[in-house]
Amino acid sequence: MIDISNIHKTYITGSNKLHVLKGIDLKVEAGEMISVMGASGSGKSTLLNILGILDNHDHGEYLLSGIRIENLNERKAARLRNKYLGFVFQSFNLVSFKNAAENVALPLYYQNVKRKKRNAIAMEYLDRMGLKEWAHHLPNELSGGQKQRVAIARALIGKPKVILADEPTGALDSVTSQEVMDILTDINKNENITMLIVTHELDIAKRTQKTIRITDGLITEIIKN
Amino acid sequence: MFSLDRWQEIYLTIRKNKLRTFLTGFAVAWGIFMLIILLGSGNGLENGVKEQFKGGAMNGIWISSGVTSVQYKGLKTGREIKFTDQDYKLIKNSIKGYDHISARLFLGSVLVSYKNEYGTFFVSPSHPDYGYIKEVQILQGRFLNQIDIRECRKVAAIGEKVKSQLFKGRDTVALEKYINIKGVPFKIIGIFRDFGRDDNEQKRIYIPITTAQKVFYTSNVINQISFTTGDASPAEADAMLRKAKLTLSRSHTFSPDDPRAIDIMNKSEDVKRFNALFAGIRMFIWIIGIGTIIAGIVGVSNIMMISVKERTKEIGIRKALGATPGSIIGLVMQEAILITGFAGYVGLVLGVGLLELITKNIPPSDFFRNPEANFAIAVGATILLIIAGAFAGFFPAIKAAAIRPIEALREE
Ligand SMILES: Nc1ncnc2c1ncn2[C@@H]1O[C@H](COP(=O)(O)OP(=O)(O)OP(=O)(O)O)[C@@H](O)[C@H]1O
Ligand SMILES: [Mg+2]
Repeated sequence: MIDISNIHKTYITGSNKLHVLKGIDLKVEAGEMISVMGASGSGKSTLLNILGILDNHDHGEYLLSGIRIENLNERKAARLRNKYLGFVFQSFNLVSFKNAAENVALPLYYQNVKRKKRNAIAMEYLDRMGLKEWAHHLPNELSGGQKQRVAIARALIGKPKVILADEPTGALDSVTSQEVMDILTDINKNENITMLIVTHELDIAKRTQKTIRITDGLITEIIKN
Repeated sequence: MFSLDRWQEIYLTIRKNKLRTFLTGFAVAWGIFMLIILLGSGNGLENGVKEQFKGGAMNGIWISSGVTSVQYKGLKTGREIKFTDQDYKLIKNSIKGYDHISARLFLGSVLVSYKNEYGTFFVSPSHPDYGYIKEVQILQGRFLNQIDIRECRKVAAIGEKVKSQLFKGRDTVALEKYINIKGVPFKIIGIFRDFGRDDNEQKRIYIPITTAQKVFYTSNVINQISFTTGDASPAEADAMLRKAKLTLSRSHTFSPDDPRAIDIMNKSEDVKRFNALFAGIRMFIWIIGIGTIIAGIVGVSNIMMISVKERTKEIGIRKALGATPGSIIGLVMQEAILITGFAGYVGLVLGVGLLELITKNIPPSDFFRNPEANFAIAVGATILLIIAGAFAGFFPAIKAAAIRPIEALREE
């Protein structure tokens, strides 16, 4: 599903150059659930952004579901994100003035699904997250766990092939974190969606099939859990 | 591009930012309101002045005799030019393209009586065509005709005011009655209305010029020759006037360049001058109005810029979820067009409403009447608004489309 080799990324700020990724090779099979660990600043988010086509890599090769990701224009990148990828962030990133259902339905808006149909599907996904009663609440009326479940529903609704989660439990307490992981493993199992989860917590990483450790811009360890 | 969904998206964001939207819209509404008021006032001024031109054909030319002021062919200045029937015939035969022509004699204001009622009125001996040249409206009876001229009939067409002044009380039927002009009885054959602004135009009495020459012993003298130029072009009308001048200068031996020998009133010239003036005023108004609207647009653009900055994160999320740059541009531009369009429309309606109110409640004066904003102005303003909205949204939209999701979504 994901096949990257020798990925390099350098950030240039003013006269400073920061070589963050120094040749990453990684193969992720369809349906795999992988966690990424590493010290702060080691380049985990950078890698995830490149995999999510939110950022470009400077060097190397990236194949997503067999499609070569290189020098895409923004329009194509947006289409690919919409079709293949779902995102879950540490800070949820819900649109504050849209209610839960509207947030969940947003990816379908960009797939030109009609409003009525969109809302019906969004309700379905919210129901699966146990949030049917909260469909018409704004994000600031929801708890952290609820917000993340809304975000997961939003990531799922476009039927992506891959879900990229950057510290999805980083802002949640341990009980809620486990609940969110329950949902994610369920989805992985039942819908065969490939998952990459960046985390700092070992017990979260332990719940995935494989843990990849990044140190100083390189993969230094792959552990089977 | 203009899907219902997009409108719903925009409606949602506008509803979330009511005050901001209102303030933005206000600037645009004010701009359009001012433009409409200015254009309406310009029209009011124009209508007022046009009113001054009424009472006399727009293509009329009046030539009166004067006194020479330039030495010519050994003749000294200060010579009085006297037109005669001969000049009338000469001009009638020499110019081509006129549709009405008349000679006129000036008798000045004259004491006129009917039974025991008296009044002084301007008695104007003329040809029947003068009714057309002056564009009088016949209310009763008829104007002068050729038979009156040929047979030197003692008949008179009188103005409304003449009638109301001489026929009072129970004696209100004026037609066929005889009035006394300088001791000579004339039968009233018609009553007319003149559209001239001057009250005196209503106090005229027209009688056949041949009759006047006979009964008031002026022999073949006339004071003025006037004609209308039909549907001649301005250049052709000019040529007709030049020909008439040349004819008169030859028959009376005065310099064709003498400005005083004959006195010319050329209505189409005046109208042309005023049209040019009002074209200038109108342009001036559009420039001011568009300036005001541009100020509004810059306001909208600025606020949209701020709005885009505030919405950086939202736009980043949209992009991560699959929004193309085109759809983001559309979203911002459409919002700008919607705000400018709606606010501008409100300004338009208020402006037209105020003009309407002014027209209804302020009596028309000599220089101001019916300040209207016509359909063309409204259509023009609407098109202007849409273009303005697109302009206002353009730069913020480009800025929004350039937002990079990784930067928008990065945690602080
Ligand atoms: N847009 C950017 N411009 C410049 N430097 C950047 C940019 N994004 C990240 N960096 C730098 O690159 C390095 C890697 O950042 P990254 O966000 O990938 O780390 P991370 O492994 O996700 O860390 P954390 O666990 O704290 O989230 C950091 O030193 C960071 O300062
Ligand atoms: Mg990170």
